[in-house]
Amino acid sequence: MHPAPTIIVFTVFSGFGFGLMAFLGIGWPAPAGWAAFFWWGLGYGCAAGGLIASTAHLGNPQRAWRAFSQWQSSWLSREGIAAVATLLLCAPVALSDWLELGWPRIPGVLGAVCALATIGTTSMIYTQMRSVPRWHHWTTPALFFGFALTGGAMAAGHVWLGAGLGLGLAGLMLVAFRLGDGQFARAGQTIGSATGLDRIGDATVFELPHTGGNYLLREMIHVVGRKHGTKLRIIAVGTVLAAAVLALVPFASPVAVGLHLAGALAARWLFFAQAEHVVGLYYGRR
Amino acid sequence: MTMLPASTGKKLGLVVDLDTCVGCHACVTACKGWNDQGYGAPLSDQNPYGADPSGVFLNRVHSYQVQPDEGPSQIINFPRSCLHCEDAPCVTVCPTGASYKRAEDGIVLVNEDACIGCGLCAWACPYGAREMDAQAGVMKKCTLCVDRIYNENLPEIDREPACVRTCPTGARHFGDFADPDSTVSRLTAERGGYALMPDLRTKPVNRYLPPRKKDVRSEASLLAPLLDIKATGFAGWLDKVLGKI
Repeated sequence: MHPAPTIIVFTVFSGFGFGLMAFLGIGWPAPAGWAAFFWWGLGYGCAAGGLIASTAHLGNPQRAWRAFSQWQSSWLSREGIAAVATLLLCAPVALSDWLELGWPRIPGVLGAVCALATIGTTSMIYTQMRSVPRWHHWTTPALFFGFALTGGAMAAGHVWLGAGLGLGLAGLMLVAFRLGDGQFARAGQTIGSATGLDRIGDATVFELPHTGGNYLLREMIHVVGRKHGTKLRIIAVGTVLAAAVLALVPFASPVAVGLHLAGALAARWLFFAQAEHVVGLYYGRR
Repeated sequence: MTMLPASTGKKLGLVVDLDTCVGCHACVTACKGWNDQGYGAPLSDQNPYGADPSGVFLNRVHSYQVQPDEGPSQIINFPRSCLHCEDAPCVTVCPTGASYKRAEDGIVLVNEDACIGCGLCAWACPYGAREMDAQAGVMKKCTLCVDRIYNENLPEIDREPACVRTCPTGARHFGDFADPDSTVSRLTAERGGYALMPDLRTKPVNRYLPPRKKDVRSEASLLAPLLDIKATGFAGWLDKVLGKI
């Protein structure tokens, strides 16, 4: 799958932002004054900034408001609703923290629930895809929650929780790489089942339908840049581990958060670049 | 809108006969031609006369070489377009309701005025049936020529999809799969028509007819008995001697 920068930035930063807002929403920590302004600002900036980045990916972003309508069937629609609900519910609590108004925390707790729902619905957009076997697996939501909550815990100042989650996340990444590599084969689709020609014999591509590129090849059969996949995996896991260790070092938490996000970006790039769509079978490529 | 209808009155779709398809790409051209005018945004091309041309097509013809267990390999031409699935994953993922399946006849369509061009439906389709139009920023797909099949301004013979109407070998058939007596239903039953990647639980409506069994010649040549010449005389003696050495 094509690793579009807008989607990578969107999923990493909004995931981090919603992870942080989940902690701030329940008041753990509950900052006051300008510290609250900075903390909530970071959460809102990342969450909303990521959402805005995602609209850059659309063909007709002026119609994006329509995406709130199909919550009954579409995970993308549910994600949009959960994201906006989080941003709205947390607003009075953020204002109260900043100006020390002492308003009740209940909307913040509901906002935290919505933040978790946003992370979950984001991950389900990918997990639901039977056409992309690597994504159609429990490790996808686990990874999305892992990255969001680890980053959120580190940014919220929970050093031990952040380090523990980071350590677990590194392990989870290894499991996801290991299982993900066999997912396409386990899904069992081949050029033979894609064309139905397996009932005659062994099918191979004789001639492609077109000599130029097309949307399918650019978007779903994107094979560019897989060359350094193994190196990038090591870098991604190493960076996430380093962030987890650094989180425990006093005053190094901003660096730890930065490192964690760098690891998340690398991992998310791989999440797209190494995912293979079954339509590639028709073209004899994955 | 993106909830799938529980059932559709008709199940309109295509039968593609892989036995008769010669891979001429006439259906590709007819489809592009018809869908360049009339229904929805025209299928655009980018840099059509340049070094790296690209464009939107709703129908593509692949060619595969198939090697059976015995006998020579075969070339199979394989047209690929939307299968108008009963459990269309492209419909349910749509966040805006632009993608929908018609309850009356089962055609899967895109309301281009509501499409935001997020591309998620194209990801969800295992068959590569949807292509984003780079010019209009909306998703394009086979409409089963919904603007032909019900169009009373056209002569009746033309009220079928452009790809079916144009196919010079009659390899494409259009009809209602819900009607067991329709041409498409009978062809599917008689010729063992099959669905693509049924394990992915999309329940495609379109069917593909497998190539018929090829004749296998029992003898290498009709002249073979005449060619089995027994050497006599000196040549016969030589043959015997050389055979023993």
